[in-house]
Amino acid sequence: MEPFKQHTGLVYPLNRTNVDTDQIIPKQFLKRISRQGFGQYLFYNWRFDKKDRPREDFSLNFPKYKGTSILVSGENFGSGSSREHAPWALQDYGFKVIIAPSFADIFSNNCTKNGLLPVVLTDAEVSQLIKNAESDSYHLTVDLENLKVYDDKGFETSFTIDEYSRSMLLNGWDEIAVTLTHEDKITEFEKHHVVY
Amino acid sequence: MTKPKTIIEKIWEKNIVHEEGNRAILYIDLHLVHEVTSPQAFEGLRMNHRKVRQPNRTFATMDHNVPTKDITNIKDEISKIQMDTLRKNCEEFGISLAGMGHKHQGIVHVIGPELGLTQPGKTIVCGDSHTSTHGAFGALAFGIGTSEVEHVLATQTVWQAKPKTLNVQFDGKLGDGVTAKDLILALIGKYGIGFGSGYVIEYTGEAIRNLSMEGRMTICNMSIEGGARAGLVSPDQTTIDFIEGREFAPKGEAFEQAKQEWLALASDEDAEYDKTIIFNASEVEPQVSWGTNPGQTVSISDLVPNPDHAKTENDKNEIKHALEYMGLEADTPIKDITIEHVFIGSCTNSRLADLEQAASIIKGQKVHPNVKAVVVPGSRSVKVAAEKQGLDKLFLEAGFEWREPGCSSCLGMNDDIIPPGERCASTSNRNFEGRQGNDARTHLVSPQMATAAAIAGHFVDVRTLA
Repeated sequence: MEPFKQHTGLVYPLNRTNVDTDQIIPKQFLKRISRQGFGQYLFYNWRFDKKDRPREDFSLNFPKYKGTSILVSGENFGSGSSREHAPWALQDYGFKVIIAPSFADIFSNNCTKNGLLPVVLTDAEVSQLIKNAESDSYHLTVDLENLKVYDDKGFETSFTIDEYSRSMLLNGWDEIAVTLTHEDKITEFEKHHVVY
Repeated sequence: MTKPKTIIEKIWEKNIVHEEGNRAILYIDLHLVHEVTSPQAFEGLRMNHRKVRQPNRTFATMDHNVPTKDITNIKDEISKIQMDTLRKNCEEFGISLAGMGHKHQGIVHVIGPELGLTQPGKTIVCGDSHTSTHGAFGALAFGIGTSEVEHVLATQTVWQAKPKTLNVQFDGKLGDGVTAKDLILALIGKYGIGFGSGYVIEYTGEAIRNLSMEGRMTICNMSIEGGARAGLVSPDQTTIDFIEGREFAPKGEAFEQAKQEWLALASDEDAEYDKTIIFNASEVEPQVSWGTNPGQTVSISDLVPNPDHAKTENDKNEIKHALEYMGLEADTPIKDITIEHVFIGSCTNSRLADLEQAASIIKGQKVHPNVKAVVVPGSRSVKVAAEKQGLDKLFLEAGFEWREPGCSSCLGMNDDIIPPGERCASTSNRNFEGRQGNDARTHLVSPQMATAAAIAGHFVDVRTLA
């Protein structure tokens, strides 16, 4: 995957909590057998009406968010189904970073495997960022090397991410290749491991 | 004396291949595969010229988008491609497949246990969040994404951070007409859909010990609806009795040996957990979800919540949004909500015991004329066993449809879609927006409550039925 070091982009605020992966990518689009092309279906049932026309009242369709690459949303983002199609759709649409007060475990894991960075900030910080992005064209920089999020108006905060995910993202490593450097240990383990 | 351990710690320690800080390469004992989350993983293997490390620890089936009316006629061309792709991948990589028409075909979380593949102490993964179901046997079982499916295929391992442990202790006995489904819905209704985030749950207590394996599977299945990737129950005699004699279970001497090891996995008496929740099971009533996530659930005797009574501004907005989607008025008695559809099925509630419970409510009555009610057995084996008992006739005579096995209306990836604006009493696990169909409205209930609603045309308290 592509290494992720630092990214500056336009912020899109999705002021909802518990956004589940059924909303991020509805089930009718899970039948494809490739990883590509899911962006057009992102938030499909929110973005499009029953005749597949863009809904003017859904904020991601607002012209001011065209070209957005940083999504900010409420707690428990990505809950529900384990479908990796969710991060694939977000990434294919153009998102590089998702910021929320908390993420569902499987979703967060799926993001880091694809070079999409989940950033946990506090409720208060997220509320502030949502407000900023709702009122204005708002850009943020997310720096994974220094674990900082900042804008050019004086907002700056730090975040944490587990060291393993951080190095995977920074280096863009293929996780399977990393694991296979321990293949001798797997082989040794299998010699003694009992499974009925 | 050694420090008392939870079953979670015991399985974790048993399966560690390599540790780095708080993370480890965890060996996977059973990898279940289905058609929706695997094609990109197999493609990844091909692109990198990798093999499946342990085909004999990998088992595949088709469930998510299989038709339930005529299994010989897959009308949806894209679904057909996905199923054909799985068949070709299994052939190429040497993986056992219970495909369409196979006697073992069914929902992946129904067939694992019924074949005896699911066993205590195993680490089990599948590209599906409801893999937590297998925890009912004292297995450490969790859902993974497609990248991890590829990783497990190639290495038979996953990288995991050591999980935090959460003890959910269900004290007391369940009342008549109250099931495992009501218990887990009540728990999530009280603590919300994020309380288990970052934890593996162990369900303990009198109410759990008294549950059948089917009931325990229902509970563990919905761990993910509380935010936990995995939920399990320490094995006991109920577990052993269920496994004995199943196709892939050890036999004879090996079974006796396995049995001792399995029972020894149970959490030690004084084991410590990172967090404990004590929940009184005897006070639980039959549950009905009213909103658009499983935490938005109340008892049958309650009213639809009023946003004006919400504690926070965020809760108020969430309730308002859910009521709008669900087409419900605040303060409506749950019993007054009328339904047009009933779905009995899914990895939560489609096993033989679930269908028996659902059928027990029929008592010669008919499905309400305004209701379309469908029963989808969880597997071919469940279907065959139910038909042997005559359950199919009971359902058919009452006006239910009796279908072929699959995930069906739980997520509507096949033709079994609930139409826009219509309301479904469903024994499945998720009431998310659009889950059962675009703009479809889902109410999660137990199998008994689903049958009772099918007959009455609205929700009723099964405890009040003669």
